[in-house]
Amino acid sequence: MHIHKYEKWWLTFGISSLVLFLVVVGFSAFHYGSHPPSAKVYVDPERVDEIAPFNNPGVHKVEGKDWDYEVVFVASAFYYNPPEIEVPLGSTVKFIATTKDVVHGFQAAGTNINMILEPGYVSEYITTVDKAGEYLILCNEYCGVGHSSMTSMLKVVE
Amino acid sequence: MATVAERAKDLVKVDRRDGKLALAHIYVAFIALAIGGLCGLLQTLVRSGTFTLPWGIGYYQILTVHGVLLGLVLTTYFIFGFQIAAVSRTSGTLTDKQRMLGWVGFWVMTIGTIASATMVLLNQASVLYTFYAPLQAHWIFYAGLALVIVGSWIGGAGQIGKYIEWRKANPGQSSPLLTFMVVVNLSMWIVCSLGVAVEVLFQLLPWSLGWVDKVDVLLSRTLFWYFGHPLVYFWLLPAYMVWYVVIPKVIGGKIFSDALARLSFMLFLLFSIPVGFHHQLVEPGISSFWKFLQVVLTLMVVIPSLLTAFSMFATFEIRGRALGGKGILGWFKKLPWGDARFLVPFIGMAAFIPAGAGGIINASHQMNQLVHNTIWVTGHFHLTVATTVVLTFFGAAYWLIPHLTGRVLTKQMNKLAIIQAIVWAFGMSIMSGAMHIVGLFGAPRRSDFSTYGGSAQAAEWIPYQIAQAVGGTILFIGIVLVLYIVANLLWFAPKGETEFPVGEISENAEKTPMALENWKIWLTICIALILFAYTVPVIDMIQNAPPGSKGFKLW
Repeated sequence: MHIHKYEKWWLTFGISSLVLFLVVVGFSAFHYGSHPPSAKVYVDPERVDEIAPFNNPGVHKVEGKDWDYEVVFVASAFYYNPPEIEVPLGSTVKFIATTKDVVHGFQAAGTNINMILEPGYVSEYITTVDKAGEYLILCNEYCGVGHSSMTSMLKVVE
Repeated sequence: MATVAERAKDLVKVDRRDGKLALAHIYVAFIALAIGGLCGLLQTLVRSGTFTLPWGIGYYQILTVHGVLLGLVLTTYFIFGFQIAAVSRTSGTLTDKQRMLGWVGFWVMTIGTIASATMVLLNQASVLYTFYAPLQAHWIFYAGLALVIVGSWIGGAGQIGKYIEWRKANPGQSSPLLTFMVVVNLSMWIVCSLGVAVEVLFQLLPWSLGWVDKVDVLLSRTLFWYFGHPLVYFWLLPAYMVWYVVIPKVIGGKIFSDALARLSFMLFLLFSIPVGFHHQLVEPGISSFWKFLQVVLTLMVVIPSLLTAFSMFATFEIRGRALGGKGILGWFKKLPWGDARFLVPFIGMAAFIPAGAGGIINASHQMNQLVHNTIWVTGHFHLTVATTVVLTFFGAAYWLIPHLTGRVLTKQMNKLAIIQAIVWAFGMSIMSGAMHIVGLFGAPRRSDFSTYGGSAQAAEWIPYQIAQAVGGTILFIGIVLVLYIVANLLWFAPKGETEFPVGEISENAEKTPMALENWKIWLTICIALILFAYTVPVIDMIQNAPPGSKGFKLW
C-alpha cells in the first residue's frame, strides 16, 4: 500500500513520540517501582473486623520495613474507620485498606493516594508524605445514598 | 464537472421502508436526548449547592437516568439508525428478512430499555450505568439490559447480512467503504458485548433473582470494562464514518484514501478491546504487569487516530487549494464554514484534540492515580462523547433526517444549527473546563453536593461547581435548540430532496489491497490479542478469588 510522503513523516513522528512516551512510563514503573496500587492480598469481606490488621484500624509505627508507618483503614457504608489520622511530615507510609460491604473509593484529595476498595481484596499503597497539611479523604466510587458524606482526614504534621 | 453518472449516484435515496426503520431508531435517540439532557441540567444545578430536587427524587436516580439515556440509549439508537441508512444507501435496499431483523432488534432493545428505565424511575436500580456489584438492582433492570444487548445483536445481524450478500454478489471487489465501516463497528460491538452479556446473564441476573447468594466482584468489573472501553469506540467510529466518507462530499472534495480509511478502522477493531484494565488501574487483585501491558495496547489507538487526523486535513487542504486557497493556511479559509453539515462536525473534530490528550493522561498507568474517579474524567468524556461524537451526530442528523423524511434543511435552520453548535461549544468549554480543573484538585465524580464535613479543600471546589451549572445551563439551551431543529426536520420543514452525501475516492488514491477485507486475518488477530491480554490475569482472578459478595441496596 502506497503511503504519501508527508503521511510517512507524520506517522514516523507520531509513533516515535508514542514509543518515547511509553518508554518513560514503563521506565518509571518498572525501574523506579512507580506502579498504581495493585496489591494481591485477600480477606473474607464478612469477617473483616476479626482479621488482622483490620481488627485494629489506625496508625501503627513499624520497624525494620521499607516504610515507617502502616495506616489501616476499614471502609463501610458510609464511614471510614478511623475518621482521622495523623502522620509526621517526611515519613514513608503504607496505606492498607479494605471494605466490609460494597465497592468504595479511597482518595486523599490533592495527592496521588487514590485506590479502589473492593470486598474481598486489600488495597495497598506506599508513599512518602512530603507536604504538611490536612488532606480530605473521600469516597470516589459511588456506594449509595450517603456516598458524598463518606470522609476521613489525613493530617501531615511537622 | 460531475458526470451524469456521478450526479445520478448522488441522488440515490435510501428506500422508504429502510428509512422508516432508521427513523424509528432516531426518534428514540432524540427522546432520550430530551429526558437525559434535562437530568444533566438538574445534576449540575444540584451540585452547585443552590438547588434541591423536588418530590423526593434522588440525585443518584437522575444521575443513573442521565448516564443510561445519553451514554447508552441516545448513542446506540442514533448509531443504528445511521448505520441502517448507510448500509441501505451504499449497498442497496435491505431484503425483507434483513429489515425484519432490524425491526425485531429495535423492539427487543426498546422493550429492554423501557423495562430498565422503569426500574430506575421506581428507584429500584439507582446503580448508575456501570451497575457495579455488589450494589444490587432489581432483576428486571438486569433483564432489560440483557434485552438491549441481544436486540442489538439481532438488529446488527440484519446490517451484516446485507454486507455478506453484497460480497457474494460482487466477488473479488472491495465492498462499499461505508458498509465496510459499519461492519467493522458491529464486529467490535459483538465481540465486546459478549463480555457484558456474560456478566449480566451469568453473574448479575441469577444473583439478583436469588438463585445464587454471592457474586465475584472483581470478575464482574473486569467483564464490564472488557465491554466498557470498546463501547466508547462504538460511539466514536460512526463519527469517524461521517468524517471519512460524508464530510469530503459535503465540502465538494474526495476521500483521500480508501485503503487508509479501512486500515484505520481495522486498527480500531484490534486495539479497542484488549484494553479494559486501564479503567481498573487503581484496583486490587490485578498485577501491575498486566495493567501496564494493557496500557501499551490502549495507547496503540494513537496510530489510527493519527491516520484519521492526517486524512481529514489532507482532504480539507486539497479541497481548499482547489478552490483557490493560497499559502500555508489560505486553503483553510476556503472551506464551507457556513454549512452546518460541515461546521458542526468540524467543531466536534477540534474538540477531539484536547479530548484525546486527556485520554492519554487517563490511560497512563501511574498518572491515572491523580485523576481516577475525579470529575476530571467526567470532563474528559463530555469532550469525547458529548462533544466530538454528539456534535458529529447532530451534523449528520441535519442531512440524514430530511433525506429520510423527504424534506430540506432551510437556510434559517442551517443558521440555527450553526448557532446551536457554537452554544454547545461555549457551554461545554465552561462545564468541561471547570470539571477538568477541579478534578485535578481532587473533586470526585458521581457525587451529590457535599461540603465534606466543612473541609477547606472541598470549599475551594464550590466555585467550579457553580461554573459547571452555568455551563450545564448553556448546554441545555443547546439541547432545546437541537430538538427544535430535529422536530422541524421531522414534521415541518418544506418538502424536497436532500442528498445523503457519500464521498468518492480520490483518483490519486491507490487501489485498496484486498487483505484489508480478509476477516479471517483481522478477527484472528483481534481474538489473539484479547486472549493474550486477558487469559492469565482472568485465570488468576478466578483461581485466587476471595469469598464472593452478597447484594446491597444502599440508596
